Amino acid sequence: MTAVPMSAYLTLAAFLFAIGAAGVLIKRNPIVIFMCIELMLNAVNLTFLTFALHQPSLQAQVAGHVFVLFVIGVAAAEVAVGLGIIVVIFRLRETIDVESVNLLRE
Amino acid sequence: MTLSELGWALLRVAIVLGFLLGSLPLIIWFERRAIAWFQDRIGPNRLGPFGLFQPIADAVKLFFKEEIVPAEADRLIWSLAPALSLFPALVAAATIPWGPNRLLTPVADVEIGILYFLAMSSLAAYGVLLAGWSSNNKYSLLGGLRASAQVISYELGMGLALATAILASGSLRMTEMVAVQAEPLWGVVPFLPNWLVFTPWGLVGAALFFVCMLAETNRAPFDLPEAESELVAGYQTEYSSMKFAAFFMGEYMALLTISGIMTTCFLGGYLAPVNWSPLQSLAEGVGGVFVPLAVLTGALAPPFWFLLKLAALVFAFVWVRATLLRLRYDQLMNLGWRVLIPVGLVNLALLTVYLLYGWLPALAGYGLVTVLYVFWSGGRARRVERRQVLLYAEARPYRRQQEVRHG
Amino acid sequence: MAERLFFFLCAFVAISTAVGVVASRNPVRSALLLVLNFFCLAMLYFTLTAQFVGIIQIIVYAGAIMVLFLFVIMLLNLGSPEAQMRERELRRPLAWLLAIGLFLVLVSQVFVVVGGQSQPRVEAGTARVIGYAMFTQWSFPLLIVAVLLTVGVIGSILLARRRSA
Repeated sequence: MTAVPMSAYLTLAAFLFAIGAAGVLIKRNPIVIFMCIELMLNAVNLTFLTFALHQPSLQAQVAGHVFVLFVIGVAAAEVAVGLGIIVVIFRLRETIDVESVNLLRE
Repeated sequence: MTLSELGWALLRVAIVLGFLLGSLPLIIWFERRAIAWFQDRIGPNRLGPFGLFQPIADAVKLFFKEEIVPAEADRLIWSLAPALSLFPALVAAATIPWGPNRLLTPVADVEIGILYFLAMSSLAAYGVLLAGWSSNNKYSLLGGLRASAQVISYELGMGLALATAILASGSLRMTEMVAVQAEPLWGVVPFLPNWLVFTPWGLVGAALFFVCMLAETNRAPFDLPEAESELVAGYQTEYSSMKFAAFFMGEYMALLTISGIMTTCFLGGYLAPVNWSPLQSLAEGVGGVFVPLAVLTGALAPPFWFLLKLAALVFAFVWVRATLLRLRYDQLMNLGWRVLIPVGLVNLALLTVYLLYGWLPALAGYGLVTVLYVFWSGGRARRVERRQVLLYAEARPYRRQQEVRHG
Repeated sequence: MAERLFFFLCAFVAISTAVGVVASRNPVRSALLLVLNFFCLAMLYFTLTAQFVGIIQIIVYAGAIMVLFLFVIMLLNLGSPEAQMRERELRRPLAWLLAIGLFLVLVSQVFVVVGGQSQPRVEAGTARVIGYAMFTQWSFPLLIVAVLLTVGVIGSILLARRRSA
């Protein structure tokens, strides 16, 4: 743990976050957009755990781990609901291309 | 990690992998002979004494078969799926302690041992899913979706059964779970060990785990996804030769691994059924020739007991396959979600009652739940009956008079 | 030394699979690369002595959430060649510019924040300590997340149910 500096983990997390953000902006398939959002959430988890390792008190360290578990739980619920919405849109429109599903935009 | 630690680690890995891969022909042979015996026939007996070379002949046949690759299939994923099916089955055996010697077992004595097994078994859904999809064949796709839906549904029941075992032993570490089961039975009986199956929550949990084991490994009566009379062998349709052999192997390896988990968590792992060794007491009392004999049997006994329990579970698997009828898909999903998960939750709740209030409230709780269930299901049958009685009474008699008038 | 090598290996695979998720046109390949990414992240969590969170990541993320993703992709038959869509060619440079900008902003903060190393405690990552904290200090958020998950399950079943006419 002391061999690898904290900044390496944080840089990796920032990189994954940036790639996930680019993916959300680039992709047209909403399922892949969802996957890039999951990537961003995981980058955030990595950041949390990196900071949790270097907290002064045990309570603060555990708080980091607990928060990551909550993020995983909330991401699971979000994926379930989001994919349900996508399935319904596909049933109604035969396509899920985000460029075509733009009624609210016009 | 020093060189000697690395050497011991490699030895542990070699032992476990060697055992898993080496016992595969024996299991295949045993299954075919045992099912034949159940069905009042002989089974393979041509090749070698008692047909022992039959699995080798099967392997040679599979090796020389032509490998047909479906057109327009995603080549990379199609080739990867059998490996993805075999890998978790082999790797999940890493935290199972098959003996008390910590240099030889388990491969990795991690803090989170049982969760590691859950993680690797949840990866089993990928192999079938990708195999079904990448074959570019509707039947394979449906078979793959059904198989993986079955796997993930029964993972919950398995998790609840393991949660019971974890709560009862107070630790996620597998060696700790076995050590807890070495104590005297129920705390009082001195020479019998406290295996988890001897407690009511352990018994229910073990039964639950056994049913979920059958469903996780796609074994009968939950083998709808791969039955020959169903969806044309389901997700394995487009696989031949060594890839099919990989699926086949993966299924049996998963069987062995999951039986190992069940023996460790519920059946006391490598512990003998009696907590008293006459040779040990003879060696302590008399000494002389009994001392090396006690040392030898003390070293050999635990793996032997583990293997015996493993063999008993494998026999139970084969027995269930030969005996029970295959479940239809909706019956299967109904069982997994609406029967096994509530049973697991109630079991877990009653275990917490035991941990908080002692064994008497817990046993009372079990009795109460049983009585309530009997009344509820009896009431359900009686309510249906009453409806049928009403329908019969509603049959119109005048219709018969009309027929008489016509005729 | 071995730790650095392991970190670089895991980081390299994580980065390349993340780029693969964004760059791949086949959603099934994106999903599988994301599974590999989650595995590498779980390895990194293990090196951060967060073993409970790491194994939960494999069980929940790689073992359940991604299976759900693959289910939906396969049910909607999005992996076949005719169903694959092309990305917006026009907005791609802007997206990458934004991503690079975001990365630079975050990295600039990394070297400001990093200061004094305190002793890492190994027992903070164990199930015992996390479980204790979950049920005492964090019990209210735990119950809220439980309600959220129940609502999510019921909601997604209701959403995706076929209306029988």
